[in-house]
Amino acid sequence: MEQLYKRPKCIQPMQSGYCPGCLHSLATRITAEVVEELEQQNNCILVLPVGCSTMGLLYWKIDMVGSAHGRAPAVATGVKRCSKNSLVFTYQGDGDLAAIGLAEILSAANRGENYTVLFANNSIYGMTGGQMAPTTLEGQKSTTTQKGRDPLTTGYPMRMCELIATLDAPKYVARFSLHDPANVRKAKAGIKKAFETQLAGGGFTFVELMINCPTNWGLTPLDSLTYMVENTIPVFPLGVYKDVEV
Amino acid sequence: MGKILMKGCEAIAEAAVLGGCRFYAGYPITPQNELPEYMSVRLPEVGGDFVQGESEVASINMVYGAATVGTRAMTSSSSPGIALKSEGISYLSGANLPALIVNVSRGGPGLGTIQPAQSDYLQATKAMGHGGFRMIVFAPYSLQEAVDLTYNAFDYAERDRNPVLILIDGALGSIKELVELPPMKELPTEQAKWQLGNPTGEKRVARMLTSIYPEAGLETLNRTKGEMAVAWGENDVMVEEFLLDDAEYVVVAYGIAARVAKEAITGLREKGVKIGMIRPITLFPFPKGSFRKLDYGKVKAFIDIEMTVPAQMRDDIALEVLDRAPIYEYGRSGGVLLDDDGVLEAIEKVLEGEA
Ligand SMILES: Cc1ncc(C[n+]2csc(CCOP(=O)(O)OP(=O)(O)O)c2C)c(N)n1
Ligand code: SF4
Ligand SMILES: [Mg+2]
Repeated sequence: MEQLYKRPKCIQPMQSGYCPGCLHSLATRITAEVVEELEQQNNCILVLPVGCSTMGLLYWKIDMVGSAHGRAPAVATGVKRCSKNSLVFTYQGDGDLAAIGLAEILSAANRGENYTVLFANNSIYGMTGGQMAPTTLEGQKSTTTQKGRDPLTTGYPMRMCELIATLDAPKYVARFSLHDPANVRKAKAGIKKAFETQLAGGGFTFVELMINCPTNWGLTPLDSLTYMVENTIPVFPLGVYKDVEV
Repeated sequence: MGKILMKGCEAIAEAAVLGGCRFYAGYPITPQNELPEYMSVRLPEVGGDFVQGESEVASINMVYGAATVGTRAMTSSSSPGIALKSEGISYLSGANLPALIVNVSRGGPGLGTIQPAQSDYLQATKAMGHGGFRMIVFAPYSLQEAVDLTYNAFDYAERDRNPVLILIDGALGSIKELVELPPMKELPTEQAKWQLGNPTGEKRVARMLTSIYPEAGLETLNRTKGEMAVAWGENDVMVEEFLLDDAEYVVVAYGIAARVAKEAITGLREKGVKIGMIRPITLFPFPKGSFRKLDYGKVKAFIDIEMTVPAQMRDDIALEVLDRAPIYEYGRSGGVLLDDDGVLEAIEKVLEGEA
C-alpha cells in the first residue's frame, strides 16, 4: 500500500516537548516537509532563536546554530554570506523578532540578505511564562498586563509583515495561519515559495506564521484555535504583502 | 617585501587579511574607523565580505554566524562598543567558536572620550562577558608587533575554538610606523571540524553549534575552558623582560605606556640607575613567571605605569609580588596622554623615596 503520510526524515523520531496543542510543532513539521520536498536536508543551515523554539535544537536533524536572543538575523547574515550555496533560514518567535531583535530583523530585511525568516507569532512570550510581547492584542491578558494590554501605556500590536513590506529590498513577505488544515496548506506553499526564491538567489524572504500558545493564553488547544480566528487574525490580516518577481 | 608606512588600525586590518580573515562586521566608532573603512575595500579584493552592521551587537553576531561555517571572521570597536559586544563574545566562547576581536580603546566610563586610554584592562582580562570564560589577550606596543600578533591570532582562536582579543589604545591605532608585512597565509583546505553547511554534499550526521547545554554538559564545558586557560599560562605567555638582570626598580607597563616608560628607563640607565621593565605582551595569560624569577633581595620597588586611573593591572602584579616589595602606581586618564616628563618624574619620586 502506498504510504501517504510519514514523519519527515530530517526530524528526530521522538516526541516533541512543546506543550500539547502548540503550533510550534506543526510549523516545524511543515517546514521539514518543504526542506525534504526541495531536497535540501543536506544543504541547509537553520538559525534558531531564544524562545520555546530553541527546543528545535532537539528535534531537527539538519545543521543548526543557536543564537542569542533576537540576533538570529545577524547570525544568519554571517552564515549566508560565508556559505552562499546553503539554504539558510531563521525561525523566530515574536518577542525575539519584534522586541529585542527589532534592529536586526529590519536591518537584515533592508539589506536584502538572501535568506528566509520564518516568524512564529503567538502574541506572547511563551518561554518565559506569558509576558506581554509587542504583538499582544489590545486587552489581551498576560502576566505583565494582568488587566489586559492597555494601548495607552503599552502601545498597540506591532505588525511585522506590514513594516517589512515598506522596505525596498525584501522579495517575498507574507502572513499565514496554522489554525486549520486549509490554512496550513497555504502556509506550506508560502514557505516553499520563500525557499525557492532564496535558492534562486532572489533575496530576503519573510514568512509569518500565526500560531497559538495554549499554555500561556490559559486556553485548551481547541479554544486557542477559536481565539485565533476570533481575535488574533482580525488584527493580523493574512495574505501576501509583497511578492516581487525574481 | 620591504617596510611600508602604515597607520595602526590599517596595519592591523591588513595583517588580519594576510592571516586569513575573510569576513568583517563592525559599527563605526572613533578611534578605530580606519579599520572597517580599510576592510570595506580590502576584503572584496580577496574574495571576502564586509558588512557595516546596524550596531555592535549585530556585528558580533554576524561574526558568530560567519565562524559557524568555518570562515575566519573578525570585528573591531572601541570601549563602549566592545561592552555592547560582550554578550556575543560570551556566546562565541560558549559555542566553541573562533573569532578575532580588536579593541582600540578610549577613555571611560560611559561615553567617556574619543581620546586614547588603557581603561579596559579589567574587562579584557577578567570578564569580557558573562559566564566566567577567558580569552587570550594580546597587547602590542608597536605596529610591527601588532601586525605579527594579529597575523597569527586566528591560529590561536582556531586551536582553542575560542575568541581572541587584541587590545590597543587609540594612540597606537592612530600613529603611523614602518611595518614589514608577512606573506598571505594559505587558508586551510580541509573543512573545520565544527563547520556547518555541506558544500560537497558528503553524507554525515547533522551538526549543531550552540551555547545552550544540559547541566552536566555545561559543567564539563566550564571545566574544559578552565583547563584551557591554565594551559595558556604554561604555553602561550608572551612578555618582554627589559634590563631586569640587575634591576632594583621594576616598571610594569604594557602597550603605549610601555613605550613611554622605555624612554624613561633608557635615560635613567645612562645615569646608572638599576631599573628595568616587565612588559606583558599577553595580558592574559599574565606573565607571572617574570615576577617569580626576580631576586627579591635586590628589588626595592615596582612601579605600575598605565594610561588609566586608578591602575587596573595592579592586582595582577600584587598577586605575584605579595608584600616582598612596595608597588607604586602612576597613570594619566580620561584621554590625557602619558608623557615622557610625567613618567620620568613619577619614577624619580620613587627612586628618591618620595612617592
Ligand atoms: C538577553 C536575553 N534576554 C532575555 C532572555 C529571556 N527570554 C528567553 S525566551 C524569551 C521570550 C521568548 O518569546 P518569543 O520570542 O515570543 O518566543 P516563544 O517562546 O513565544 O515562542 C525571553 C525574554 C534571554 N534568554 N536573553
Ligand atoms: S509555552 Fe506556549 S509557545 Fe511554548 S511550547 Fe508551550 S504552548 Fe508552545
Ligand atoms: Mg511568542
